[in-house]
Amino acid sequence: MENEKRQGVMWWQLFTSFFKIGVFTFGGGYAMIPLIEREVIDRRGWVERQQFLELLTLAQSAPGPISLNTSVFVGYRMDGYRGAFASILGVVIPSFVIILLIAMFFTEIRHNHVVEAAFKGMRPAVVALIVAPIMGLAKGMGWKRILLALVAAVVVWKLSVSPILFILLGAVGGILWTFLHTKREKR
Amino acid sequence: MIYLQLLYVYLKIGFFGFGGGYAMLSLIQNEIVVQNHWLTNAQLADIIAISQMTPGPIAINSATYIGYTVTGNIWGSMLATIAVCLPSLTIMLAVTRFYLKLQHNKYVTGAMGGMQPMVIGMIVAAALILLTPDTFIDWKSWVIFGLCFVFSVLKVNPILLIVASGVVGIMLY
Repeated sequence: MENEKRQGVMWWQLFTSFFKIGVFTFGGGYAMIPLIEREVIDRRGWVERQQFLELLTLAQSAPGPISLNTSVFVGYRMDGYRGAFASILGVVIPSFVIILLIAMFFTEIRHNHVVEAAFKGMRPAVVALIVAPIMGLAKGMGWKRILLALVAAVVVWKLSVSPILFILLGAVGGILWTFLHTKREKR
Repeated sequence: MIYLQLLYVYLKIGFFGFGGGYAMLSLIQNEIVVQNHWLTNAQLADIIAISQMTPGPIAINSATYIGYTVTGNIWGSMLATIAVCLPSLTIMLAVTRFYLKLQHNKYVTGAMGGMQPMVIGMIVAAALILLTPDTFIDWKSWVIFGLCFVFSVLKVNPILLIVASGVVGIMLY
């Protein structure tokens, strides 16, 4: 009871924990997983390590940023809808405030010579950061799937086809493949 | 109506943004640069750079930033940010309740397996689309690209790489 009073009610704990995660997860994506692990497993003990691995698979399979998905999952588990809302707000508010401030003032300094020069340097760096993890992700995929990935990439790049089409094709294709495979096994 | 359009576009990005992070980029590019012309490719690259240096996922950062620049006020920014979060929130709430059953469903696994190469393809597409004359202005750009690629594969911190490239940019241009 004492302990509960000192730390506050559950939704508030969820909010502050995820706010902290929101403030310190630079770069987003996989960079934030260790930080979430430390906060949610080691510090708060909300999720067990085994469950966290399941949660990661889930957060990666569902659409949307992984940190958002993780926050909704943990929040809902701990305190229902109220917890889910508190957690998602905690993750989003820091980045919202920071980017809003940048959007408000960046337009004014954007044509500054030094700022322009800095961005000229950063643009190719951004592309490099996107390219670098691709080989790691494609590891273990057969050549057919790699070819499929490349074809999808070129069509989206050259013909400006919406990626939504390929995501849907992938999902439907995967389901059909499973369906046909199951049928064959039954026979 | 610009607000409805923002809402629709970011709901779509949230709903079909499988694979998180970089995989969502080609979707964002397609909606923001190709279809709606809200930003140029170079401007989008700038937001990605800013996004690397500030906390939070790129999808949310881009929503906040574009919502503001397109409407010129905070409400647009808030609307786009909420829109991109809504699909995550609703889908995860639904999935959390059934996740043990869903996890071992072979059709769900099949759909995920089918989407995996597409997700990787979309990351490749994001990089290819950003390879334009306004992001790669001369040979120096390619040198920065090459060095950052090598350092990134060697697991050097991405924030450090972005900041260093900015400093190099100031010295070179």
